[in-house]
Amino acid sequence: MPIRHHLSDQLLMAYAAGTLPEAFSLVVATHVSLCDECRARLGAFEAVGGAVLEEAPEAAVSSGSLAVTMQMIRNRGKDPIPAPRPVRQGLFPAPLRDYVGGDVEAVNWRSIGGGVRQAILPTARDASVRLLFIPAGHAVPDHGHSGMELTQVLQGAFRDEDERFGPGDIEIATEETNHTPVAEAGLDCICLAATDAPLRFNALIPRMAQPFLRI
Amino acid sequence: MTGSTEENWAELMLRVRDLQDEAAFAALFEHFAPRIKGFLMRSGSTGALAEEVAQDVMATVWHKAHLFDPARASVATWVFTIARNRRIDALRKQRRPEPEDLGWGPEPEPDQADVMELQQETERLAEAIAQLPPKQRELIQRAYFGELSHSEIAAETGLPLGTIKSRIRLALDRLRQAMS
Repeated sequence: MPIRHHLSDQLLMAYAAGTLPEAFSLVVATHVSLCDECRARLGAFEAVGGAVLEEAPEAAVSSGSLAVTMQMIRNRGKDPIPAPRPVRQGLFPAPLRDYVGGDVEAVNWRSIGGGVRQAILPTARDASVRLLFIPAGHAVPDHGHSGMELTQVLQGAFRDEDERFGPGDIEIATEETNHTPVAEAGLDCICLAATDAPLRFNALIPRMAQPFLRI
Repeated sequence: MTGSTEENWAELMLRVRDLQDEAAFAALFEHFAPRIKGFLMRSGSTGALAEEVAQDVMATVWHKAHLFDPARASVATWVFTIARNRRIDALRKQRRPEPEDLGWGPEPEPDQADVMELQQETERLAEAIAQLPPKQRELIQRAYFGELSHSEIAAETGLPLGTIKSRIRLALDRLRQAMS
């Protein structure tokens, strides 16, 4: 099924510029791995970076700089040509597999109630990212945000308000979004979700549990 | 080697890739190293660190030359992505998750027409940036120098990115076909 919900220009430009928090970068890299349309758009934003570099203020390098670089090249030897990567068999694209240490069976899930499970992935602390497992037909507790939340669907689908998000789709939620994603019947839903602020749950229990869940 | 169009850089890059041509590399170094250093200093690095990282970036250009694909990126774009990644690594001390490679193994030789058109689009894009109102151009530069957060980046760039995107999309589609 074609991907219907894509990355925004802002996110693609920030990722191309290399200024996104690591947690968001992981979600962007995962989406781009699945979506040629966004891969091509990213290429265009990287071309803007190339143009900016071309026009960057030049800073003279020291006279021996090239010789030092040639020495580095000789010392390092030639990088091996990477073997062709096998066609992906599992669920997770390569960048996500790198963070999990394997595919979906390697995830260290923890229950957060209501059948929902999560696994927080290690990144720099300016934002956080986790895998979410939502059993088919279940809801993620109603929550708002004080920042931005990106949710990339890897398996299954969820509905939020009037929209459907299926495999490959990404939802970009902002402070104004107060949403209750509900997994569709059928396949259990697995998502990768990043946020740059702690989630605010609208029910009392999840809010109390929040410090322990690190979300 | 004279001239400074993208075509020449691509030619030099292919000489590095295919022949390990040190003279071609020296010409690329002379052009790009001062720009990488200037770019990193604008991004908040000291001169000494910027020079060290610029050398490392250029050494990476040599070592990764076999991954350069002139149908998908200009040399300046490709060098930019390497410099950007080193900036994240060396200056911000963060990891950089990269999209999955497309895994088609040994590259089929890209279509010469594709390469030419991408080069022309790249030059057109550079002209379009040069012609933006100064304030808008400065915002774009600041975004890439790392002075703006993602929420500060303007949603509207005013840049004609659709054409270059279509060129890259076409190159991706061809590679996908070659894979299957």
